[in-house]
Amino acid sequence: MPKITYVQQDGSAESFDVQAGMSVMEAAIEAGVGGIVAECGGNAICATCHVYVDPGQIEKLPLPQADEDAMLDNTACPRAENSRLSCQIEVTEELDSLTVTVPEEQ
Amino acid sequence: MTDVVIVGAGQAGFQVAASLREKGHQGRVVLVGDEPGVPYQRPPLSKAYLSGALPGERLALRPQTFYDKHGIELVCGRAVGIDRDRCRVALADERELEYGHLVLTTGTRNRELPVPGAKLDGVLGLRTRADADALRERIDGARNVVVIGGGFIGLEFAASVAKLGLSVTVLEASDRLMRRAVSPAVSAHYRELHERRGTRVLFGASVVALHGGHEVTGVELADGSVLPADLVVVGIGVVPNTELAADAGLAVDDGIVVDEQMSTSDLRVSAVGDCAVYPSRHARGPLRLESVQNAVDHARCLATRLTGTAEPYASVPWFWSNQFDARLQIAGLGTDHDEAIVHGDPDAGSFSVFCFRAGRLVCVESVNRTPDHMAARKLFTAGGSLDRELLAPGFDFRQHVAAVA
Repeated sequence: MPKITYVQQDGSAESFDVQAGMSVMEAAIEAGVGGIVAECGGNAICATCHVYVDPGQIEKLPLPQADEDAMLDNTACPRAENSRLSCQIEVTEELDSLTVTVPEEQ
Repeated sequence: MTDVVIVGAGQAGFQVAASLREKGHQGRVVLVGDEPGVPYQRPPLSKAYLSGALPGERLALRPQTFYDKHGIELVCGRAVGIDRDRCRVALADERELEYGHLVLTTGTRNRELPVPGAKLDGVLGLRTRADADALRERIDGARNVVVIGGGFIGLEFAASVAKLGLSVTVLEASDRLMRRAVSPAVSAHYRELHERRGTRVLFGASVVALHGGHEVTGVELADGSVLPADLVVVGIGVVPNTELAADAGLAVDDGIVVDEQMSTSDLRVSAVGDCAVYPSRHARGPLRLESVQNAVDHARCLATRLTGTAEPYASVPWFWSNQFDARLQIAGLGTDHDEAIVHGDPDAGSFSVFCFRAGRLVCVESVNRTPDHMAARKLFTAGGSLDRELLAPGFDFRQHVAAVA
């Protein structure tokens, strides 16, 4: 199973084996990763599952859809080039070893 | 550190518990709910969960391990009384819970249909996971589905079953859909959307009785006509659960009355979420909202107060509803707007309605137009408005807000 790593603002990191098909947000909720709120349950509606994808790995992800792109304009922490909504990142075998950083605030 | 007891394990109750821990609260946190299992999300009950697309285990807001890890005690029971002098909550099974601070997140219950036959088998509401499970079982064998009430819940349910290929009739007492929540332009768009998918929508429909022996067989309207029905879903609004608060002598007025920091008149008791009436800077009077956003933001505001600095509640209200492929997102409060300007192309299924009150933008309703919705949330948060003259074809609201907010 692909391994996903979540890094917190204090630098601490947790890694989990995630079933392909789940979103990076769902896997975080199931594993109890702090800092991912996911108020809307994964519909790209609330912008509270914002993460920063490891810049070296952002190319592996398909570009955000228009809805996600618009949501990212209104995240609690500033949007960066590697900002994504974790509910819109579907875990696949190709994403093995993906690392995302959780922002200070959602 | 104070021990916090939270009565009500819906979205608001869960969020109070989670936010207290996130903000470093060290005392006990006890979350009391009257349903078995861990707290779960309600919005998917009328959509993805109902259709089977979302499996039950993904309905949980957090898995059991989350509560174990953060020391949040889940208590299954029904609160029946509050002794404010002794700071205790009594449960129906005679257990008592002592609190340092009590949070009421008792939510709402479905309004009952006040007609003969409302208790027949096959007449259901949709609020809990158990309700959704009962509906799923019924949907399989249903031939004639009647939805009473053309609000969010009724229409989301109607869309879900229409997608399964069932014929559905929606009965609405007023003259348009989602009347309480949206402008006429959005109502009209959704009427067309549902009718195009084969759903029959009847306006001015007043239900006087439900027919049947043990099981429901028909819905009788005021004009004497009877619609055949073997599954009836009632979605005619909700009533806040305020009895516990009222019995304890707390102020109640269509909700538990709180100040702008979510406190009741008893400093040891707060109320948040759908059950709370609060002074909103986005409305002209006291406000009670039924939404995930309101529940979550109230909860965060309260947790901040209980763990540190008190700040008045100021969040911009926002709502959403998914029906078929149309994604309705609403920012602000448009209930008493006096002017509505449609921007975009309703025929193409992507437009926003800008609602003004006395010349001030108070609400933006967006259908498949998330950029407008997010821009509106940003604008309202910044306290800005919009000159209506700018709303000409080609106007880019997102760019405008990026420049001014």
